[in-house]
Order: sequence, then structure tokens, then C-alpha cells
Amino acid sequence: MREIMEGSHAIALAVKAARPNVVAAYPITPQTHIVEDISQLIADGDLDAQYVKVESEHSAMSVCLGASATGARTYTATTSQGLALMHEVLFNAAGMRLPIVMTVANRALSAPLSIWNDHQDSISERDSGWIQIYAEDNTEASDLTIQAYRIAEDSRIQVPVMVCMDGYTLTHTYEPVELLEQDLVDDFLPPYRPTDFLNVSDPKSFGMFADPNYYTEFRYQNHRALEAAKAVIPEISSEFGEVFDRDYGGLIEEYRCDDAEYVLMAMGSVVGTLKDTVDDLRDDGVRVGAIKLRSYRPFPVDEIRRALAGLEAVGILDKNISLGFEGALFTDVKASLYHDDNAPKAFGFIAGLGGRDIPKRTFVKMFDYIREDKKSSNSEFFDLNTQILDFQEV
Amino acid sequence: MQAKEEERPTDLLASGHRACAGCGAALTIQAVLRATGANVFVANSTGCMEIISSQYPQSAWKVPWIHSLFENAAAVASGIEVALKALGRDEEGKVVVIAGDGGTVDIGLQAISGMLERGHDVCYICYDNEAYMNTGNQRSGSTPFDASTTTSPFGKKSFGNDRPKKNMPAIAAAHGIAYVATTSVAYPRDLAKKVQKGIAVRGPAYLQIHAPCNVGWGFDSAKTIEIARLAVETGLWMMYEIVDGELVNVMKVPRQQPVEEYLKQQRRFAHLFKMPGGEAQIKLIQDYANYNLERYKAASPVGTREIQT
Repeated sequence: MREIMEGSHAIALAVKAARPNVVAAYPITPQTHIVEDISQLIADGDLDAQYVKVESEHSAMSVCLGASATGARTYTATTSQGLALMHEVLFNAAGMRLPIVMTVANRALSAPLSIWNDHQDSISERDSGWIQIYAEDNTEASDLTIQAYRIAEDSRIQVPVMVCMDGYTLTHTYEPVELLEQDLVDDFLPPYRPTDFLNVSDPKSFGMFADPNYYTEFRYQNHRALEAAKAVIPEISSEFGEVFDRDYGGLIEEYRCDDAEYVLMAMGSVVGTLKDTVDDLRDDGVRVGAIKLRSYRPFPVDEIRRALAGLEAVGILDKNISLGFEGALFTDVKASLYHDDNAPKAFGFIAGLGGRDIPKRTFVKMFDYIREDKKSSNSEFFDLNTQILDFQEV
Repeated sequence: MQAKEEERPTDLLASGHRACAGCGAALTIQAVLRATGANVFVANSTGCMEIISSQYPQSAWKVPWIHSLFENAAAVASGIEVALKALGRDEEGKVVVIAGDGGTVDIGLQAISGMLERGHDVCYICYDNEAYMNTGNQRSGSTPFDASTTTSPFGKKSFGNDRPKKNMPAIAAAHGIAYVATTSVAYPRDLAKKVQKGIAVRGPAYLQIHAPCNVGWGFDSAKTIEIARLAVETGLWMMYEIVDGELVNVMKVPRQQPVEEYLKQQRRFAHLFKMPGGEAQIKLIQDYANYNLERYKAASPVGTREIQT
């Protein structure tokens, strides 16, 4: 069943369908509508969960950590500065292998302050040990919320999952959303039954310290869990597809790539615009395609190598930048291609920071750019307003 | 007096943990667990007690125990408590925080305030050894006036720590919680009674337990209890309860000892007995002790003056 609703409301309904025991959250734009709607669902008796109105995001994640270690299914949502404040708890939760699920309503980081969308916040938590999956639209974000619990709680993995969705562009946009039938969700996602949790009859210690004889092995196992997720994410996606008739594929989605010579790659809601651009150029007879990166961590090295093999050139859009170097996706894609003799030329583009729109004409310019016979270089900023730069230099 | 073998309580903090000989905090935790019994969930902040008890793959804890980070033990405990409620397991045991003074009065203050304000059924226990001992004796907000630490050292222009202890029990009480108490490792019966009260309260309780650190304070490891008792007998550590906002059961000090008796046995105050002007500083500390004994007789300890220099 399909209904027109705000993205945030769709997420709140997905969370309800997942039946979390504990929700802990701190309000921050543009995550607020999600947690407001969850609060209302609880207030109305439609969701039976403990909602902890914490005093900070640091405590939001800490409450989820304590609750998850006690055996509860937990949920939180945040963005930007809030995610940055959670930083040390994120690593801690992943290291303790706690299957917390969090929505990140992607937003830029300050300074200057910006409440609008880019991916700098979650990209900056790249090494936290969380799985990061990016949604293109609100139905995908909603469906991912359910899948995220299956992935996180899978005994082969046991690591927390971030479902990343663009702030405002998705969270505050009304569009048709495929609803999740509760009975189907209940079949797909049984209650969380951990083997190790805090209880008095079998007391265990969580969060011990490890000396140099042990620390590396813990990190190795944590790494192996994320590597294992490369197989589990597509497996759960296709199982979801069988139940709900919506399969998003695996770690990447290829769009009109079969006979493509030039491909652009991106994450999040802007992929919709990119696909439209591909359609336009295809109508003009240009052999182009798009790749949507769904899973940023784990990074789908093999899938990317396969998808890019034989192309003339690939362009990678980054709505983030590692200042002093280049966009994060661009770095990872190039690293994935390094051992391939037939790797295409690769170009990086920085655009869409702090909520700046990326229209189709920008993607057309990017396709033009990678179709010219240029040498590879570090990421280039696109759509810079030189008038502002000139003004600031006065 | 030696208890008969079968009467000895089971130690829920196993022997063989790595605390220093004479550690007041380890004695405190042992005493706390004897009072709580086994049906307890412990959220431990980063600090001495975490480090001495949890070196993988050996844990000294015979109760469910979690250590997350330095400043978030109160939030982790909140999470445990709501999870037990949500899972219908709230009769399984009480949630207890064990944290040092740095993790409590400084870096953990915000999370504690949130936990107390939200009314979680958690008993927060701060073992107060008056500095960051795990990292080697740096000054915390709970370090007493004129104590020399590695970050508040005495010198030509310094008598040591230039601020009095933060009044954390008053801050806790200001949240309107049902039970706040201070006690000391030197008074195990009082300690046990207060821990049991804190456990019995429905809702948040806050306990601060004075726990000397012989390494950081600089005294012989055999004298931990003696030093702790002197802190009380001089009036420098007050033992009381704040029940439903009212100051009650202030422990009387029938024969007040001069503060010199407490100060002179500790390396952290030794400079006061050697430096020019040290005598006047000791007088300030004596005035503070006297004032303590007066002010805790009647008034609420909330918002009263600290050392005036």
C-alpha cells in the first residue's frame, strides 16, 4: 500500500514496525520530525517502547549502548553536530558489537553553521565500525530501517547500522511511500534474542580493556564482521524483496550501465537527478550510466571493480571533502581500482555541500568533463560561485 | 574479630584484582557489593576501579558489569534501567553506577544531571579519592583546597590546589531526588546502611564515599582507614544524608581533631608545613573544617559558602 507522507513520518512508522524496546534521542534539525513522530506514536499507545529524553546525543548513544547490552532492541536518530558529539560512543558501541540502529538525517558540519544537507557528518564517522547504507528515496529509507535490524542483529555480523538519508531533501519531503505491513515485518524481523547480554543469572563483563596481546585481535574480528556484511546485506535485501516485493539489490545499484562508456557515481537522494540526467543523455544517444553506492561501509570493492571494468571514464560525486585532499568516495573508488590494469580514468567532483542543489545541468557538465580527454587529478569543486570568492577576498 | 568461614560474605569483586595495596577505592567497592548483594547491574566509568578489575580475559566482577566510557556511566545505567523495564525484567536487579570523582563531578556531570532529572531507578555511587588517580594524580573538581597534585603542584607561587572541593552532593540534591548521602570507607557499617538505603529508594539516589588513595595522597598503605577516619574527625569530610531534600543524620564529631593531624600524614599537604605562609593556609583549612561542623548542624548544605581566601 502506498501513501503520500513526509519522509520523517515514514521513518517513524518503520521504527514502529520494527518494535524497538528502547528509543533514546535528542532533538536536532533536520532529524526532529522523526523523533517527534515516534514520541507521538508512543504517547498514543501505538508503539510500546521506552523513550528516553536524553540531555545530549552523547547520552542518546550511551543509553542505546546500555540498553542494547541488556538485550533490548534500540533506536536513535541524529545528524551533523549530534553525530559528531556521539563520536566516541559510536566506536565504543561497534567495538562491543551492539546492534543499534540509527537514522542519520545527513547534514553539513559547522563552521560555518549549516542546517542543510551534505554527507560530511556520516562520512566523518567512516572508521567508527558502523555499517553505513545510504537511501535514495523515502521508501528505500523506510525499508532499510527494517533491513538494518536484520543486518545488525545477524549473528554473523553483530555491528550497529546507520541508515543515512538526506536531511530535508528526504526527511522533510512529502512523496508516495510504500507502507510496511506489520504482519510481514513481524515475520521478516523476529524479536531480538541475543546470546550475550547483561543479566544476573549469568553475569558477564562488557567493555573490558585489552592490552597489546589482545587488542589487535578484537579489531580484526570487528573488521571481519564488516567484511562479512558484504554478503549479508545483499542476502537480506533479496529476502526482503521476496517478502515485500521491493529489492534494492546489493551494495551498489547500476543504472543503464550495461553498454555504458561513461559513468557517474553518487550516494543518496541526488541519484534520482543523476538517473534522470542519464535518461536525457541516453535519449541523445550518449552511452552513459549511473552507479548508486548504497553501502559506504563496508565498501564494495569487488562490485565497484566489476561495474567499472572496461569503462572509458568514471566520475565520482562527493558531497563531502577530506580537506587538504579530496572527496572520500573518490579516494575509495581509486583505491579499489589500483590493482586493475583495465581501470577507467577516474575524476572526482565536490558539489552539493551545505544544501546547495545539484541540478541536472551540473551532472551534464560532469559527464562532459569526464568525456573530454583530461588527465586524472584530485577532486574538483563544481558550481563554485566566483562572485562570492571575489567578494570575500576584498 | 574474625568471622567464621561460613559467615563470610561472598566477595562479588574477586580477589586478585590489580588494585594497589591499601587502595581505599577497592575496599569501598568490595563494601558496596557486600551491601547490594548479587542482584545488581554495575555501570562503571573509566577509572581506577575499571582498570584494576577488567583486564581481558580476566574480570573480577561476579555481577553483570559494563564499562563504556569516562563520562557516560550515568547514561549507560539509564539505558540498562529502561531496557530492564521494557523487557519486563525490572525485578531482576538494581542498576548501580560506580564512578570516581573525576568521572562524576567533572566530565560526567551532564550525564548524571540528565539521569537524576529523568528519575531513573539508579543508585549512583561515587568513590571520591580526590583527584584523577588512574592517570597519575591530576587535580579534579573534587580535589581539596591546597592539595598538591601533578596539575596543581605547590611551588614558589602556589600552595597547591587553589579551589575547594565541588559540593557534588548538594548538586545531586538540587535535582530533588529522594536520597543523597555521604559516607566513608572508614565506616563500613554506615556505608553498608547507606548503600542499602540508596538501593531501596525507587528512583535515583546519589552516594559519595570518601576513599583515600595512599599512592596519590602519599601515606603508608597500612593507614588508609586511619586517614579516612581522620578526615571525618577533623570536620574535613562530612557524613550526612539528604532525604527528600532535608539534611538529616549528620554524623557528630564529639572530639574534633585539629586538621594538622590529618594534613601532616599526607605528602600532598606536606608543603604547608615547610613553606612560608603555610601556617596561614592551615588556618584557612581549620576554619573550613570548623565551618563545616557548624553549617551541617542546621542549614541545608545547598548553596552555602566554601573556603573564603
